[in-house]
Amino acid sequence: MRKKILGTIVSAVLLTGILTGCQAAADSSQTAQVETEEVTEEVTEEVTEEVTEEVAQEEAATGGIARSIEEIKNDGSIKIGVFSDKNPFGYVDENGVPQGYDVYFAKRIAKDLLGSEEAVEFVYVEAASRVEYLLSAKVDIILANFTVTEERSQQVDFALPYMKVALGVVSPEGALITDPEQLKDKTLIIVKGTTAETFFTENYPEVEQLKFDEYQEAYDALLDGRGDAFSTDNTEVLAWAIQNKGFAVGIESIGSLDSIAPAVQKGNTELLNWINDEIKALAGEQFFHANYDATLKSVYGDSINPDNLVVEGGVIE
Amino acid sequence: MQDLGIQVLFRGTNFLRLWQGLWVSLQIAAISMLFSVILGIFLGMIMTGKNRIVRLLCRIYLETVRIMPQLVLLFLVYFGTAKHFGLDLSSEVSAVIVFTFWGTAEMGDLVRSAFLSIPSHQYESGYALGLQKWQVFFHIMIPQTVRRLLPSSVNLLSRMIKTTSLVVLIGVVEVVKVGKQIIDAARYDVPTSALWVYGTIFFMYFLICFPFSIASSYLEKRLKD
Repeated sequence: MRKKILGTIVSAVLLTGILTGCQAAADSSQTAQVETEEVTEEVTEEVTEEVTEEVAQEEAATGGIARSIEEIKNDGSIKIGVFSDKNPFGYVDENGVPQGYDVYFAKRIAKDLLGSEEAVEFVYVEAASRVEYLLSAKVDIILANFTVTEERSQQVDFALPYMKVALGVVSPEGALITDPEQLKDKTLIIVKGTTAETFFTENYPEVEQLKFDEYQEAYDALLDGRGDAFSTDNTEVLAWAIQNKGFAVGIESIGSLDSIAPAVQKGNTELLNWINDEIKALAGEQFFHANYDATLKSVYGDSINPDNLVVEGGVIE
Repeated sequence: MQDLGIQVLFRGTNFLRLWQGLWVSLQIAAISMLFSVILGIFLGMIMTGKNRIVRLLCRIYLETVRIMPQLVLLFLVYFGTAKHFGLDLSSEVSAVIVFTFWGTAEMGDLVRSAFLSIPSHQYESGYALGLQKWQVFFHIMIPQTVRRLLPSSVNLLSRMIKTTSLVVLIGVVEVVKVGKQIIDAARYDVPTSALWVYGTIFFMYFLICFPFSIASSYLEKRLKD
């Protein structure tokens, strides 16, 4: 009898485990189609992200309370979440010091809010836990290459954008593709699950697609000549083309424009307004162009127009 | 030589940072293991008890820990406590709590099976000699259990060291994360560094885990006599 009861309970627990597991899998396959922007993420990380974002959603109902500007000032340091492995936006150099486009902006925020570039405590976040850090008020601001999406806007408040990302198309210089019409009846290399896949399938169905799971495979295929061009986020292809002689980005910006913005906890309007005012004020000195020159130029070189990436004053043309 | 990925290890303080990262992993694993062993022995004793309800509760605890991914536990403790109880635990403390929670369950189960594996004539002989219950426990049960426990608990410890790589998701910069940072910082000038950095991390884990297994087999032999 005892064994029976125990058996029933254990199998019930197991069954719920399996059911929730399937549920999670079904959910993540749905969101995977929507969630196309984390293109530099590896597949495994994307899976973790789905899982953790689900956890985040379940817990989104309540929240820890974010610090007010006065509390931050009293504390003397602002907590900003940045990436530590997303060169050139947020990374750690060989001496263990945070660097990059996001970090440069974070230091400026600290300087203008608290009077010193050093008054910032960098918290290294993962793509998967960015929302959680804000919901639980473990950081004041997230500045981690955070793409504005509908889904995320329901959980956090985005400030004005300071960068934009679109698709880019890289191809051999000898047969440079400068217009998507040229791709007709040619082979375009795509990484599965990226924005590029959705965009070309919807808008240029006549383009033949050669799909890969990983970035490295896609780049190898382009090098081998298995395709005529490769498309993914422009930040990615632009950097790659600089490193690989004989290839150039013929189309620097195509498809829907995604904006990248700082985020604060939902409802933290005081800090949100402060950041928005800051971004508007910084336009006067072309701060983000200076930031580009300091952090991104060495990666993208002179060949591209900074205006394709940088947003000044929060205005996207 | 220019293209060899191994050069990234000798840039700046990279190599030192890897060791610091490993030290972080090791600290979390060792502290959690210490608590797990202490709590696990108690849990194991409770699990061998006669009370059905207690045993059922233990069983539920054990199954929950086994079914629930550690990642979810980490998120619940690190972010959950901050949101629901306003408790701002540091990421290291959260990691130790989660790994102790997990380790205690696993350890408890190991202790339980070690206890049960002691033949009944052992303690019956003890009682026959007129020993008290606690004397049987400390002089007969414990010494034999410890010997049976050693291999499996060392196994648990090395599993724990390896599983600490999950704590990066709550912001602890441990060895694998440092490795990723190094690879990423060099992604434009040394694209081939990944194999070298991960290879180094592999050897570092080995260097740490191997002495434990040597020590356990030595102890096992010594305790046998």
